[in-house]
Amino acid sequence: MRYAMVIDTLKCVGCSDCVVACQTENNVPHGFCRDWITEAVSGTYPNIELELRSERCNHCDNAPCVRCCPTGASHIVEGGIVLVTANECIGCGACIESCPYDARYQHPDGYVDKCTFCHHRLEKGQLPACVSVCPTKCMYFGDLDDPNSEVSQLLKNRKYKTLAPEAGTKPHVFYLI
Amino acid sequence: MQEELFTSGRNIPNIDPSLQIWHWPISLYLFLGGLAAGILFFAALFYILGKENEYPAAVKVATIVPPIALTIGLLALVYDLTHPLYTWQLYTTFRIESPMSWGAWVLLITTPLSFLWTFSFYRDAFPKIEAKLNVFKKLKFLDKFEKFIISNRLYIAYTLIPLSIILGVYTGILLSAFNARPLWNNAILGPLFLTSGLSTGAAAIILLSKNIKERHMFSKIDLALIVIEIALIIHMIMGYHAGSQVHLEAMELLVGGEFTLMFFGFVILLGLLVPAILEAIELLGFKVPVVVPAILVIIGGLIFRFIMVEAGQLTRYLY
Repeated sequence: MRYAMVIDTLKCVGCSDCVVACQTENNVPHGFCRDWITEAVSGTYPNIELELRSERCNHCDNAPCVRCCPTGASHIVEGGIVLVTANECIGCGACIESCPYDARYQHPDGYVDKCTFCHHRLEKGQLPACVSVCPTKCMYFGDLDDPNSEVSQLLKNRKYKTLAPEAGTKPHVFYLI
Repeated sequence: MQEELFTSGRNIPNIDPSLQIWHWPISLYLFLGGLAAGILFFAALFYILGKENEYPAAVKVATIVPPIALTIGLLALVYDLTHPLYTWQLYTTFRIESPMSWGAWVLLITTPLSFLWTFSFYRDAFPKIEAKLNVFKKLKFLDKFEKFIISNRLYIAYTLIPLSIILGVYTGILLSAFNARPLWNNAILGPLFLTSGLSTGAAAIILLSKNIKERHMFSKIDLALIVIEIALIIHMIMGYHAGSQVHLEAMELLVGGEFTLMFFGFVILLGLLVPAILEAIELLGFKVPVVVPAILVIIGGLIFRFIMVEAGQLTRYLY
């Protein structure tokens, strides 16, 4: 079992529905978010290209946040999901410093918080909140270990990239390009 | 030509600015930890070599600094935590891959040992204070306790040598373990912070020493450490220079960027080169107040920690 998210940048319109769905589902405190939209424009006028990406924790295989956590609050559960146990977290901020994706933030209650791939919803057999609300259906979620799953098939047939692969983190959010 | 025009969408008021989450307490602690490690290392070393009467400031007097420095440093660390009531969670586990876990455990052992060390020399090094306070007369059991510590002092010294080295190196490794911050992510930061810590320790001993022979000895040690430190800084810059794009961008902060004046002016020039020259001139027999290079080294070490902590958090992977 290895959960992964595949996001089609060609279908994403940057509506931020995923952001709001996550904030609502996970009671994210006002002013914070666990996922966000990045608009990257590259090229020289008039040949410019716009890429829209819904970004979040990459649930890395080689997670620097888990490595540097002094208490073990940051840990990896079955399916490769990186979670934080709030009452083991001392709020030292080492994991925030170690994340190349800036995916973590300090919750106003003190502990560090981040995307959980909606672990509580997966347990009930539901999709993560962001995936389930996407109006363009540009987000896919599933098991990479299953070669017939939708995400495996997409990665087999489409061109994709991950963010900052040079950081060596083996991220598990893939972007179709 | 490819050129990134803009990256937006992360205008999240409570996240983006707060990514710079390590502030002055961390810098202060890294400095105090290094200073304490330096003094404890020299105290233990010269005690083991049997030179406590030859170098009384190093072995006895200056050891008043580490307990104070470590206490302030620890308070600063806890102050910087956002979930401080859970600090005890550090001591429910040992995580071998986490430098902070190493640091927490080393501090747990080193801090009490530094108190015991100072206590065991208290009557010897500070007879005037004791004459005023009369602590030993008021609390009779202290006599026995002192005897016990003194009889075990050699073991404490042997323990303090590796512990102080780990403490000094760890202040650097703490930062260098984060590959997401390219300025920190180099293997030389551990030895560099250790050298800087030993150097500030030697400078503190020079400040507190009243004996010219001892001051000269520590001037020589400090001079050697400054030379090593400059060599390590050159290696660090070379490492960035030969590194990938993110490392080049990290280097630009120190060389040509916004931290240039602070780094070259206050750390390299005033914190290393000027005190090295003054110490060398003094050793050649000219009259130079030794307080000046010693204070410059200490302030330089402090500014160096601030620059590294602040600048490091500005560097990141771009994608």
